[in-house]
Amino acid sequence: MQQQETACTDSIEMTYREAVRAALREALTRDKRVFLMGEDIGRYGGCYAVSHGLLAEFGPERIRDTPLSESGFTGAGIGAAMAGMRPIVELMTVNFSLLALDQILNNAATVRHMSGNQFGVPLVIRMATGAGRQLAAQHSHSLEGWYAHIPGIKVIAPATLEDARGMLWTALQEPDPVLIFENVMLYNMSGKLASDPGAVNIDKAVVRRQGRDISLITYGGSLWKTLEAATALAGDGIEAEVIDLRSLRPLDDATIMASVGKTRRGVIVDEGWRSGSLSAEIGMRIVEQAFWSLDAPIGRVCSEEVPIPYPRHLENAALPQAPKIVAVAKAALGRA
Amino acid sequence: MTVAAAKAHLTREHMLDLLKQMIRIRRFEDKCAELYTQEKIRGFMHLYDGEEAVAVGVISALEKRDRIIATYREHGQALVRGVPMTTVMAEMYGKREGCSRGRGGSMHLFNAATNFYGGNAIVGGGLPLAVGLALASHMQGDDLVTACFFGDGAVAEGEFHESLNLAALWQLPVLFVCENNLYAMGTALALSESETDIQRKAACYRIASEPVDGMDVVAVEAAARRAVQAVRDTRKPYFLECRTYRLRAHSMFDPQLYRNKAEVESWRPREPIVRFQGWLEANQLIHSDEVSRMVAEIDAEIAEAVAFAEAGNWEPVEQLCRFVYADSAVPTGQ
Repeated sequence: MQQQETACTDSIEMTYREAVRAALREALTRDKRVFLMGEDIGRYGGCYAVSHGLLAEFGPERIRDTPLSESGFTGAGIGAAMAGMRPIVELMTVNFSLLALDQILNNAATVRHMSGNQFGVPLVIRMATGAGRQLAAQHSHSLEGWYAHIPGIKVIAPATLEDARGMLWTALQEPDPVLIFENVMLYNMSGKLASDPGAVNIDKAVVRRQGRDISLITYGGSLWKTLEAATALAGDGIEAEVIDLRSLRPLDDATIMASVGKTRRGVIVDEGWRSGSLSAEIGMRIVEQAFWSLDAPIGRVCSEEVPIPYPRHLENAALPQAPKIVAVAKAALGRA
Repeated sequence: MTVAAAKAHLTREHMLDLLKQMIRIRRFEDKCAELYTQEKIRGFMHLYDGEEAVAVGVISALEKRDRIIATYREHGQALVRGVPMTTVMAEMYGKREGCSRGRGGSMHLFNAATNFYGGNAIVGGGLPLAVGLALASHMQGDDLVTACFFGDGAVAEGEFHESLNLAALWQLPVLFVCENNLYAMGTALALSESETDIQRKAACYRIASEPVDGMDVVAVEAAARRAVQAVRDTRKPYFLECRTYRLRAHSMFDPQLYRNKAEVESWRPREPIVRFQGWLEANQLIHSDEVSRMVAEIDAEIAEAVAFAEAGNWEPVEQLCRFVYADSAVPTGQ
């Protein structure tokens, strides 16, 4: 995994996993209404070891191990949020979140509207997403684009240490439900992070690499593959601009259009499947808002339309990879 | 009629109030059915005809500060709870003055002022929310009881079992109220459950449970008082199975192919208003002119509610996308 560097002078080395844990610890310390709920988050320490140690520090009332009842405890998080608490629900993976989809879609996303603004659901739901660990077709999918389809929730995808550390607190200040998608391949990523990091917004995209020739639009785990591709493109004299969406709902149209307006070309990199996807939504928005700026068709690099397979070589082939991104970007530049 | 319980808990004034509450629901819904045929009320509408004793009995046993979560057949619960009939009717019309600002309709009555956490139209979907409301009570250290109404159909849902387990496991103050009217829409209980004695399922989760004649408002209230007291004192869940019967169709679109008229007719003598009023009359606790006066008051309230709804306003279409997020957090572009 690539290293991440920051310019902070007073910084400490940590992993993405530790950054999320530090954010959880800060939230639990700063706000007595905050508590964690999820499968194996306490005694086991979290499936991906994110919440390791928090049980000893905060006790079983606030670090609640749950039965394997995704719908039940997610709904309980919604109810507790409606009654003034600030729950953080952890769903072990996005595939398991489908067992809680009724509560997320039919309750969390609708209660404010259905009740005529009398009740809100200030709930944060975190979950792991993405492939790359040979976990096959029931633990590896990227369904955050599905969730981004739903009015009433916000969907964010921290790709960097700063965002893993800073987005949680901002999400907890939201009066409405926020889903945080943590790509499993990022947990071991390490780098420097300010020892006293500031707050970050959760509604703006960020340009992670400046460039003039083409806009590569991505988020989450694919950010690092896209930056790798941009480096390779630079070797061929192509300066790619890389946009990290950070927020998948709402989408920061302004940042996307400003970049595409400048480079006149765009490629979207999304670990979700292509059909009916977030990448399709972004592409269409570019067509709607920046069509006359374009010099080439919008390109896409998505996962192949297959349940993620187990063997390493097939899994790798199913996912967006830097060489594919390079190829699609060059095609958009007429340099295939 | 459970005379012993009545003597233990009921003054004459309270008994008349129980009767009035039931008649109030019945006549309100009779008016709703009429308004539905006039297309003033649209969408799905589910009437409570025959089941009134459950809402009246249970909610009479709750304190105002307690929380209620109900199903899509919740007009009765909302009215007994004290959601103004004017705003309930306006909600049925879809008017801005409705208790959910017209956004919810018949199936989604909400009222924060009376701790009414809504009609939930996903069968079983309200149970996890009730667990969460009670979890908040537990963590905040208050003495509230959360009453959760659901039907026998919900018993087949995974969320029912998950919620009972969580409430028992974490010892949360939830009063589960199963309104067993013997049909999940058109599917008889015996066709959907291997064990039709529903309260036994609660016992399997080590939740104190009891069945009660849901057609007997006094019995329901007596059981609910025991149950509410137990939840408030022990901070543990309690399960009431109220055995009742729906005399009308499931919704306004239901031709009732799944049951015969004789079965429905066999329940009519047991229906809660006839039964309770008859008992009050037989025991000379009420005079017919008192009933007439009661009905006249209710009808005046209904007329006022209809006038309120008729005079209400349609939400301007410009307001369509409000309340998807809190106003301060409306994202642009989506």
